[in-house]
Amino acid sequence: MTSSPPAESEGRVRRSRSDSRRGDSIFFNLSRGSGILLLVIMAAIAGFLAYRSWLAISKDQANFLTTFEWTPDAAKPVFGIAVLAFGTVVSAVIAMAIAVPVAIGIALFISHYAPRRIAQPFAYLVDLLAAVPSIVYGLWGALFLVPHMAGLTAWMDQYLGWTFVFKQTQLGVTPRNLFTVGVLLAIMILPIITAVTREVFRQVPRAHEEAALALGATRWEMIRTAVLPFGRPGIISASMLGLGRALGETIAVATVLSTSSVLSLHVLDLGGGTFAQNIALKFGEAMPFGRDALMASGLVLFVITLLVNGAARLIIARRKEYSGANA
Amino acid sequence: MKLQRNGRTKALAIGAMALVSSLSLAACGSDNNPAPTPSGSSAGSASAAIACGKGGQLLASGSTAQGNAIDVWKAAYGSACSSTTITYGGGGSGAGVQQFNQGKVAFAGSDSALKPTEVDASKAVCKTGQGIDLPMVAGLVSVVFNVDGVKNLVLDGPTIAKIFDSKITTWNDPAIAALNPGVTLPSAPIQAIHRSDDSGTTQNFTTYLSKAGGGNWTHAPSKTWAGTGGQSASLSAGVSAQIKQVKNSIGYVELSYAQINNLTSASIATGATKPVDATAANAATTFANAKIVGTGSDLSLSLDYATKAEGAYPIVLVTYEIVCDKGNNPATLDTLKSFLTYTISDAGQQAIGDKGYVPLPKELASKVQAVIPTLA
Repeated sequence: MTSSPPAESEGRVRRSRSDSRRGDSIFFNLSRGSGILLLVIMAAIAGFLAYRSWLAISKDQANFLTTFEWTPDAAKPVFGIAVLAFGTVVSAVIAMAIAVPVAIGIALFISHYAPRRIAQPFAYLVDLLAAVPSIVYGLWGALFLVPHMAGLTAWMDQYLGWTFVFKQTQLGVTPRNLFTVGVLLAIMILPIITAVTREVFRQVPRAHEEAALALGATRWEMIRTAVLPFGRPGIISASMLGLGRALGETIAVATVLSTSSVLSLHVLDLGGGTFAQNIALKFGEAMPFGRDALMASGLVLFVITLLVNGAARLIIARRKEYSGANA
Repeated sequence: MKLQRNGRTKALAIGAMALVSSLSLAACGSDNNPAPTPSGSSAGSASAAIACGKGGQLLASGSTAQGNAIDVWKAAYGSACSSTTITYGGGGSGAGVQQFNQGKVAFAGSDSALKPTEVDASKAVCKTGQGIDLPMVAGLVSVVFNVDGVKNLVLDGPTIAKIFDSKITTWNDPAIAALNPGVTLPSAPIQAIHRSDDSGTTQNFTTYLSKAGGGNWTHAPSKTWAGTGGQSASLSAGVSAQIKQVKNSIGYVELSYAQINNLTSASIATGATKPVDATAANAATTFANAKIVGTGSDLSLSLDYATKAEGAYPIVLVTYEIVCDKGNNPATLDTLKSFLTYTISDAGQQAIGDKGYVPLPKELASKVQAVIPTLA
C-alpha cells in the first residue's frame, strides 16, 4: 500500500522520460537533417556551377579573368569577367559607404533617441522599404533618380574632379553610371541593415548604459563607449546581409545602368556592368554555350560572396572578446 | 539573452532571404495565359477565316521579337477555336530552338534561320524529316531621334555607322549637314543609345551597318552590341524611354515601339532617287525583293540590306517559325497546321500589321501557304 504509489509515480516518470527521449531524438534528427540538406544544396549549386563553368572556360579564347568583352556566342568565343567584377565591387562599395552610416544613424535614432510613440511607426516604415520589389526601385531609379542625379554629378565633377575617380569625361550624358547605381543600391539595402542593427542596439544591457551615464558620460559618449562596441558584430553581420543584396541585385541595376565593355575608374562616366545584371540581360538570347559562360560568371559571384562573408566572420570572431557581447 | 538576440537576427535574415527569393521568382513568370476571351467585332470577322484543328495544347517558345504578334494571333485564334490553348514562352530565340530540338515544343520562333548544326540536331526530333524555317513575322527597325527643332532627318548607311561607332559626335557634323540641306542642326553632342541586352534587333541593325555602312562598321554583326561608345538601355522599351528622356539622342527600335512612343524616325538615303521613310509599305518592298535561300520546304530568306531599289526600306528583320517538315508530333500536328494556316493568311498578317509589324508581301506569303499543308 505504501510502496505502490511511489512505484506508480516512478513508472510514470520513466515513461515520460523515454517519451521525451524519443522527442529529443526526432528533433535532433530533424535539425541534423536540415543542416545536412543545406550543405547538400550548397554543394549541388557549387558543383553544378563549377561543371558548367568548366565547360565554358575551357573553350574561352581569351583570359577569363582579364578580358573585358562578353561575346561567348561569337564564332571565336571571347569572354571575361574583368568589367563585371569591377562594376559589381565598385557599385557595392559605394552602396555600403552610403548605406551603413545612415543605417546606423537610423537604428540609433529608433533605439535611443526617438520617443517611443514615434519610434514604433518609424521602425515599421523602414521595414516597409524592404518589401518594395526591386523592379519598382529600378523603374523609380530610371525615371526619377537618374534625372535628379544630374545636378549632383555635375557638382561632384566640378569640385571633386581632381580625385580622378569623380572626373566626368563624357559630355552631356545622363548619369546612368555606377555611382547612381551605388546610390540606388544604398537605398535598397538600407532597410535590411537598419532592421538588424536596430534589434542589436536594443539588446545592449541596460546596466552598461547606466554605468556609462553614471560615470558622467554624455549621451553620445554613452553610445560610443557602451552601445557601439556591444553592437559591432551585429553591425558587421547586418552590413553583410546588405552587401549580399547589393552584390546580387539584378533588375534594378539592369534598368538603370548604361552598360558597356569598358573598364573605367571614372565612376561618373557611363559604362561598366555587374555580374547579375549581365546574366539577366544576356540569358534570354544566349545559346547553350553562352549560358554556360554566364554560369561561369555566376560562379565568380558565388566565390566573391563566399570570400566577403568569410572575411566578415573573421572580423567578428576577432572582435568578439572586446565587444562585451559575451559579458 | 544571447540566444534571443541570435534568434531574432536569424529570423530577420531568413525573412529577408525569403523575401528576396520570392521577389526574384515573381519577376520571371512565364507567358502562360489561357485562351483569351473574345472581344469586339474584329475577332468575329477574323474567326470566319480560321479553320480550327483538333484542339488541345499547342506549346511553342522562342523569339521575343515576335511575342506581340503571337499574342495578337492567340487572341483571335483562341476566340474562334476555344478548345485550343496556345502557350508561347518568349524566352528568346536561343532557348526556343533548344527546346524545339529537345522535342518540348511544337514550333519555335526564331530571329535567325537554323544553322547547319541545329538542322542536324533537329533530325533527332523530326525522326523522318528535319527542321525548316518558315518566314512568318516581319518587321522593320526605325532609327529614331530626339533633336529639338528637327522633324525630318535623312541619314545614310555610312553616317549611321559612324554615329553609332562614335566617329561622328556632334549633330552639326558636315556629314549629317550634307544629307540635310536647309535643316538647322544643333552643335550638341550626339547621344547614341543602343540595346544593353542581346537582341535580334541589334543583330539586324548591325548587319545593316556592316553591309551598308561602307566599311565604317568594323565589328561583326551580332546580337551583342560590339561598339564601345554611346549609352545603352535594356529592351526596346528602355531604349524608347531613353530617346524620349534624353535630348539630342538617337537610337534604333522596332517600328511598333516608335509608333507607340510617338518617336520620330529618320529617313534613309539608300542610293534611290529619294530617301526612304520607315514605313511598313516600304519594308514590304524589301521583302518582295528578298531571295529565298532555303532548299526544299525551307524558306529562309536572304535580305538585301544594301538595297538601292526605289521605296525599299533597308533595315528590316524577319523572324521564322521553326517546324519539322516531316515527323511533327502527331498529337499536335493538326492544330499546328491550323494555327499556322491562320497566321500566314491575309487576315492573320493584316492583324499584326496593325500592331507595327510588316505584313509579308502576297507572293512570299503564298509560298509559305503552299508549304503548310505538306507538313506531316
